[in-house]
Amino acid sequence: MATKSDVAGPVAASAVSEPVPVALTKKEIERYSRHLIMPEVGMEGQLKLKQAKVLCIGTGGLGAPLGLYLAAAGVGRIGLVDFDKVDDSNLQRQILFSTKDVGRPKIEAAADRLHGLNPEIQIDTFDTHLSSENALEILKDYDIVVDGTDNFPTRYLVNDACVLLKKPNVYGSIFRFEGQITIFGFPAGPCYRCLYPEPPPPGLVPSCAEGGVLGVLPGIVGAIQAAETLKLIIGKGESLIGRLLLFDALAMRFRELKLRKNPDCPMCGVRPTITKLIDYAEFCGVRGEEAPAPQTSVPEITPRDLKARLDRGDDLYILDVREPHEYQICNLGGHLIPLGDLSKRASELDSSREIVAHCRSGKRSAEAVEFLQRAGFRKVLNLKGGILAWSDEVDPSVPKY
Amino acid sequence: MAVKVMIPTPLRAYAGKNESVEIPATTVGEVLKGLTDKYADLKKHLYSDDGRLRSFVNVYVNDEDIRYAQKDQTPVRDGDTVSIVPSIAGGLKN
Repeated sequence: MATKSDVAGPVAASAVSEPVPVALTKKEIERYSRHLIMPEVGMEGQLKLKQAKVLCIGTGGLGAPLGLYLAAAGVGRIGLVDFDKVDDSNLQRQILFSTKDVGRPKIEAAADRLHGLNPEIQIDTFDTHLSSENALEILKDYDIVVDGTDNFPTRYLVNDACVLLKKPNVYGSIFRFEGQITIFGFPAGPCYRCLYPEPPPPGLVPSCAEGGVLGVLPGIVGAIQAAETLKLIIGKGESLIGRLLLFDALAMRFRELKLRKNPDCPMCGVRPTITKLIDYAEFCGVRGEEAPAPQTSVPEITPRDLKARLDRGDDLYILDVREPHEYQICNLGGHLIPLGDLSKRASELDSSREIVAHCRSGKRSAEAVEFLQRAGFRKVLNLKGGILAWSDEVDPSVPKY
Repeated sequence: MAVKVMIPTPLRAYAGKNESVEIPATTVGEVLKGLTDKYADLKKHLYSDDGRLRSFVNVYVNDEDIRYAQKDQTPVRDGDTVSIVPSIAGGLKN
């Protein structure tokens, strides 16, 4: 059993080492009065906030409430890193953006919004991908780093860069209805690699783009990240260092697990084996910008070829391997057997007929084709690019989701 | 003797869509064996091909990480909660 001393305890010292400035202006005193009248923040805490420099990586679901609350609280300098453009599907949860921002660079829309909220603070914008080449340079000027990108390559990159630079990393992660929050990278506390030495292989864990997310979930998790960031700056309270907070919005329940610094951690252990930033795309099994291509070994048919063959009256059996709730969004009139049920229900299929399997993007149906081939089906094709490609190439009236 | 195993959202699809499952066991090893015997699809998500617990999956008895207790041999008692906590990442790969 580890003793209490193994676990990083509450932090009383502020993460901000800068000398405090002389005073707040009259306008600032009026703006921050609800902070100033609380003894836990007070003038001292508000001046620390004004001197603080926080880097927010990503301005999406987590970055939105985070950026808004940090700006509103008067964090003097906020860095924003993003390379993306605002898309219609972002608006369900990314509350920094308005409908009129669709198509704009996120960094620009976010900076406008935060400036509008609080013109007293400085916003630095980095319109770029955070990478092994630029991370140390971008991070070095900030006191605290908050990763709101929530993908594995960036997460390991931010973790390693924070450990190398000895900067706290306020971590949040979400999936569907569930969130995880803690603080990594404090010299006495654990890092992300202490918790998870390696990422899952690609394809084993779905992302929100595949798995979905309740819009308010990143709001809650990002707001908790913001609270922890503000506490680190003012040096008050009990921080999440050494504790992993789990949140389940469906059960509306918080739980807490102990996090320990792993003495064998390759990054922050007794004898670190990683002493500089590495290739995180390679480490996470991701090549280039796109998720790994689905198995290409299965026979395919393009949406255009499928349309032509259906128009010709060919006897094709359309097999939809998505979930029933996806079928309700849009469908091609196919026979629905979710991928997970296929092994039990393959007997429903007629192996003498030619089968075209499809899903949303072509990935699950490729697995289905592979499975059916192994089960002895000879004439099975995968619809290349799935229903998304069908919408692009054949029938734009089919909504993309 | 039964312990409650909390199934995380990403793995519920492989565990009969259950949020939690009761498994009779006296060690964590028995809990996981009981669970994967009941839900065979979970196995490849929890274990790598060489039979080791995957490095992006952690197991806790109550709030303690079994890696810092007695790993698979960590005893469990009636009423304990065993949590399976995989790394999650909702964002797109950028």
